[in-house]
Amino acid sequence: MKILVCISNVPDTTARIAFEDNNTKFSKNGVQYIIGAYDDYALARAVELKETHGAQVTVLNVGLADSEPQIRKALAIGADDAVRVDAEPTDSYFVATQIAAYAEGKGFDLILMGRETTDYNSGVVHGMVAAMLGLPSFSPVMELTVEGSKAIISKEIEGGKQKIETAIPAVMGCQEPIAEWKIPNMRGIMAARTKPLQVIPAVGSALTGIINYELPPAKGACKMIPAEEAGTLIKLLQIEAKVL
Amino acid sequence: MSILIFTELADGKFKKSSLEAISYGSKIDGSAPVVLAVGTADETSLAEAGQYGASKVLFSSQEQENIMVYSQALLKAIETTGAKVIVSVKSALADAVMARAAGTLKAALIGNVTELPDTTNGFVVKNSIFSGKAFAKTEMKSEVKFLQIKKNVVEASPEGGNATVENFNFAADAMGSSIIETQKASGQLSLPEADIVVSGGRGMKGPEHWQPLLDLAQALGAATGCSKPVSDLDWRPHHEHVGQTGVKVAPNLYIACGISGAIQHLAGVNASKVIVVINKDPEAPFFKAADYGIVGDVFEVLPKLTEAAKAL
Ligand SMILES: Cc1cc2nc3c(=O)[nH]c(=O)nc-3n(C[C@H](O)[C@H](O)[C@H](O)COP(=O)(O)OP(=O)(O)OC[C@H]3O[C@@H](n4cnc5c(N)ncnc54)[C@H](O)[C@@H]3O)c2cc1C
Ligand SMILES: Nc1ncnc2c1ncn2[C@@H]1O[C@H](COP(=O)(O)O)[C@@H](O)[C@H]1O
Repeated sequence: MKILVCISNVPDTTARIAFEDNNTKFSKNGVQYIIGAYDDYALARAVELKETHGAQVTVLNVGLADSEPQIRKALAIGADDAVRVDAEPTDSYFVATQIAAYAEGKGFDLILMGRETTDYNSGVVHGMVAAMLGLPSFSPVMELTVEGSKAIISKEIEGGKQKIETAIPAVMGCQEPIAEWKIPNMRGIMAARTKPLQVIPAVGSALTGIINYELPPAKGACKMIPAEEAGTLIKLLQIEAKVL
Repeated sequence: MSILIFTELADGKFKKSSLEAISYGSKIDGSAPVVLAVGTADETSLAEAGQYGASKVLFSSQEQENIMVYSQALLKAIETTGAKVIVSVKSALADAVMARAAGTLKAALIGNVTELPDTTNGFVVKNSIFSGKAFAKTEMKSEVKFLQIKKNVVEASPEGGNATVENFNFAADAMGSSIIETQKASGQLSLPEADIVVSGGRGMKGPEHWQPLLDLAQALGAATGCSKPVSDLDWRPHHEHVGQTGVKVAPNLYIACGISGAIQHLAGVNASKVIVVINKDPEAPFFKAADYGIVGDVFEVLPKLTEAAKAL
């Protein structure tokens, strides 16, 4: 089996968000980058499938050279080789175009991604890639098993879940509890240093352009209500906040 | 401009968030949008789209929620109407359907849109990024444009008007996928759609202590949510888990009971209009994101709130 795992390189959730150059550029200053929280689940499931079924796992990132520590981490966790499409990931369509262009004709049985990135929270790259390659797509996938040329998945829907059988190849956006997160061990980290990481140029161009960024207005002070008079909160919510 | 709205149905009717999307679409340049509804519905409910500004509803009756089929319906509707701007809400279903259609048409897509587009110079949209911690203004340059709006950014208020309902047929292809089983909690308020959410964290101590929270939710007509450890511990079902890795909610009122307010939890709730925090620890970080706070024991505070809510 051949599995492609697409990982995004995103600011840690606890990172302070700030902009520079007249609010036209995200400030990377002092920001810790990580593999997208959901992409970690996709990678972990791919490595599990490699252990149980035997698979070649390739990781792909669309990003600049500063993504490489995260790509190496994915190799340390158990991917076999890596590809970096050398470009700033400007919009979903652009990223999807790169992934589809790379994957086309390479015979991947599964293309696994996270449900969404944690910076732009779009949740659309998997669907776009699948449409570009003429494949079915599923997201958010919470369970995935492979039997021959079929996959059985469990997918979250509003207020419940769906069990689906599908032909593969297919594209999936993953979320917990699809697999246990994996932490690289020493052996993995050593091995990752010599695993192949290919850098390829991007194709096409983005369909959007950032004009500027803004931070939300500061939150007003929290109004405290003594616990003994908790009931008065309900009146405040009705009369002052007008939400009841 | 020709505008098409991809809507979602629940219990045979438009979801409230889809009515918001129709209202939003009707305000882009004042022209009446066409609505696509896929699923099961009754015709009188579908005509309701007219109240929110739609001229026509294309209805494709489908027993099962298959993303491949839904996205083909959308593509066919775009072709039929010649729509240039496609609007939906932001939801897991719409993400999947809109993405497939945008990928096929090589079109730009922007999610979490918070305002009407500015068309004075090009087509510029504002959206929320970094889980609500910032906003971006982006120009969309493709001929066809896909927008997914955040819930609660426009008011869906009926203004009168009529929409015709047409049955809409196309050649559906499930692309080798079939739905074996659908499990859906019935008779429950939908969490992402709810106007009021009452949510519990580890401070609720265990699944056997949830009743006071459920009582308040019932008195307020609220949906219930929880923090991630609570669903990880199986105290509550997974689909109730709110936050960065769970459901993102945007109710008018979010009441957090015994939740510390970790940044990953806040990422799922910071679009709420009013946040109430009940926590016994005055230093709990959640108070910094709250509008109203009560420092106290949830088990003493909740019954008092329920009593007051019942008296409304
Ligand atoms: C990558 C990643 C993703 C994550 N995604 C999510 C997510 O989507 N959603 C999410 O919720 N978390 C998420 N988390 C976990 C998050 O970091 C926190 O661990 C979690 O939100 C804490 O849950 P909690 O507030 O219920 O529990 P705790 O942090 O244990 O807080 C319990 C609170 O209850 C209060 N309390 C205790 N007893 C009482 C009482 N009797 N009365 C009143 N108050 C009481 C305590 O003072 C405390 O503040 C994620 C973490 C990571 C690393
Ligand atoms: N720059 C990127 N490089 C590789 N994969 C990406 C990139 N951006 C997004 N993805 C993948 O697409 C998924 C959905 O992303 P999005 O639609 O941007 O929320 C992510 O969880 C990743 O698996």
